[in-house]
Amino acid sequence: MTDLTASLCERVRSARAAGTPLRIRGGDSKRLWLGRPCAEDNTLDLAQHRGVVAWEPGELVLVARAGTTITELEALLATEGQVLAFEPPVGGGTATLGGTLASNCSGPARPWNGAVRDAVLGVKLLTGTGECLNFGGRVVKNVAGYDVSRLQAGALGSLGVITEVSLKLMPAPEASRTLALELDAETALGHMTRSAREPMPLTGACWLDGRLFLRLSGAAAAVEASARRLGGDAVAPAEAPWHALREFAAGAQAAARPLWRVSLASNAPLPSAAAPLLVDWGGALRWFAAEDLDAFRYADEHGGHASLWWPPADWQEETAQPLSSTLQALHQRLKLAFDPERILNPGRLYRWL
Amino acid sequence: MQGSQANMATPLPPVDRDRLLAALRAAAPGLQLITEVESQRPFECDALSLYRQLPLITALPATIEEVQAVLRACHALAVPVVARGAGTGLCAGAMPHPEGVLLVLSKLDRILAIDPDARSARVQPGVANLAISRAAARHGLYYAPDPSSQIACTIGGNVAENSGGVHCLKYGLTTHNLLALTVLTVEGDRITLGGSGFDGPGLDLMALLTGSEGLLGVVVEITVKLLPQPELARVILAGFASVREAGDAVGAIIAAGIIPAGLEMMDQLAIRAAEDFAAAGYPRDAAALLLCELDGTREEVAAQVVTVQTLLQQLGATSLRVSADERERALLWAGRKSAFPAVGRLAPDYYCMDGTIPRGQVAPVLEEISRLAEGYGLAVANVFHAGDGNLHPLILFDASSPGQIHKAEALGAEILELSVRVGGCITGEHGVGLEKLRQMPSQFSTAELHQLEDIKAAFDPALTLNPGKGIPILKRCQEYRALPAREAAVD
Repeated sequence: MTDLTASLCERVRSARAAGTPLRIRGGDSKRLWLGRPCAEDNTLDLAQHRGVVAWEPGELVLVARAGTTITELEALLATEGQVLAFEPPVGGGTATLGGTLASNCSGPARPWNGAVRDAVLGVKLLTGTGECLNFGGRVVKNVAGYDVSRLQAGALGSLGVITEVSLKLMPAPEASRTLALELDAETALGHMTRSAREPMPLTGACWLDGRLFLRLSGAAAAVEASARRLGGDAVAPAEAPWHALREFAAGAQAAARPLWRVSLASNAPLPSAAAPLLVDWGGALRWFAAEDLDAFRYADEHGGHASLWWPPADWQEETAQPLSSTLQALHQRLKLAFDPERILNPGRLYRWL
Repeated sequence: MQGSQANMATPLPPVDRDRLLAALRAAAPGLQLITEVESQRPFECDALSLYRQLPLITALPATIEEVQAVLRACHALAVPVVARGAGTGLCAGAMPHPEGVLLVLSKLDRILAIDPDARSARVQPGVANLAISRAAARHGLYYAPDPSSQIACTIGGNVAENSGGVHCLKYGLTTHNLLALTVLTVEGDRITLGGSGFDGPGLDLMALLTGSEGLLGVVVEITVKLLPQPELARVILAGFASVREAGDAVGAIIAAGIIPAGLEMMDQLAIRAAEDFAAAGYPRDAAALLLCELDGTREEVAAQVVTVQTLLQQLGATSLRVSADERERALLWAGRKSAFPAVGRLAPDYYCMDGTIPRGQVAPVLEEISRLAEGYGLAVANVFHAGDGNLHPLILFDASSPGQIHKAEALGAEILELSVRVGGCITGEHGVGLEKLRQMPSQFSTAELHQLEDIKAAFDPALTLNPGKGIPILKRCQEYRALPAREAAVD
């Protein structure tokens, strides 16, 4: 439970002076499968910069240092019946809060409960010049200045070293139920789309191994009534796929490479070139383990975006959806506005960033 | 609040108006331009009318191409551009620049597509907030963020300000309800942020643009998320004998694991004004009241109404009323919704503040505000989003009485600084604009302000998009005053 801000700051400053890039490391739970590799020789470790700084259950707000693990946070929150509504991967207990925000990794409830991007209220950030800055705060409504906290979500550390995060929490649902129906992927997609248009407490809809799974959570009365309307077979909590979905990417190595993750409209058609391995997020997230699929093109045709997780060992290309030249130039100018010497995770999100 | 000229942080050398006009006409022959002073009067301020300024030229583009042409022409001549929607903003964020073009986006008012299966709507920036929900209603869907001005305010303005509303406690702010933005950069280049799915590629520039007050780009198309209309909504009205008890009840409801769709509070001055105005049946003798809306499935609402009623009784509510039907729900909300105009009848002028504080601080902060107001000899009415700690103290004053404007302004500044001191911020949903620029250093350090400025410069190096608003410009003042492109343009 130590505050290492001063020494982290010093490390960034000397790296800047020496012009040496830093690889920012939390629990290292996503290094192998997320983003592009970056120089390994100079790591900046955040794992020991940990501990809860503030938690007032009545405010539904928690502030913790970046190295605090998700597992530790969830165990703590459970003591007051609260949860991280975005269901991030826990990486076998090693995933940290800072890495979770930097990667914007969210679980099956994402379409209904939002991403970590939606829950973040504030950050403390070390910029590439070694300055420690504070953006956002501990209140849910705050429109003073640009939303620098949310900008860190998915930036993979390219705009700063996240040292502290404040988050909006949610009360744990009173009840939760999982239902399953045997369906092919296409029929399951139609079912998900129709269910999501109904006013019911849906918090999960996925298709896996020939079955459609639907999760309802919230007030017990609402869950029961909606379950009756939906039909299907009741699935015991231990058999439900939701926890496995949170860890899907991490555990996918054995499944196949390359593993493509495509985020697009829930009612976009399935590609003809490949069958999905898994459909999550009510149809809006689709995973493919296929050599034949041009995932960037498929995503682009439907207004979405693809990323390559678990890139093959010899992969030299981008792992994230290519951007227009105007957007690329904006990304580069923004990078320099935070990190003028490009020492923070260079090349991790895009080769040119 | 007077003398807006004095507040412009960055005086500019004069623009050659005729040359600008010729450039705009050449760039977009069909573009509607307003050049006469009297015809531009309606555009000289937003809803914070104490700040007024006439633009050099007002442009009303009808297509994205016309917006692009205006931006390109202004960029070439280094002329400031201020975008405007319906002008319902409350921070002088859309106040024109004396040397610039006012870009009025109200003609871009088409709903382009509603995709009920994807639960999204693609709209132009000039579409009114409420019009989206009205159009989506036939599919059983709606757009959740609902600012008080939702009949008139535009979705483009909502994006620029990251607007909230009564229901954002449960459903989030504008930033939580967007899928994609089409934005024109200051150079007039078109970019798409976000996408048809969640969490767009690359950096989350959509999050950065949302709430950026027109300083980083001009939003010309928006894809919003739609939600299924809840089966049922009921509102509970509870009166309390003290502000402290009402404040504590707010925390207790949330701590009980219930996230109401809306949780609003009013103090006695506001209750009486609203009751005189709307006759909603509010308890006139109560020191404070709460309006707690619960929505969801019938079963869920029924269960939560019982829980909240019991809780409120235990916490000392002096009166309780639950809406029996939609008519009564609308009536109970009518008082809250008319509270601003109702309070407006109590004094010639009022000044609305917008700080946010941690929920637990509501009671002590309201007591402190009342103490500060007494010191200035001014009355303050409070009507606000208690569930998310977003205060709206309405400072009553008379602008025609000498010194009162300055007193109101000084009290307002003290209230905002108090909000920051207890762990909150200077603006929860109205934005900084011109009005709160001077309070920015109480929330941000110099290094943080420099960082905000560097972000601005990454998008708009010549600082011509809505200059003098949103963030104080510290580093680049000198360069800005001597824009080389401007000097070349004036010739």
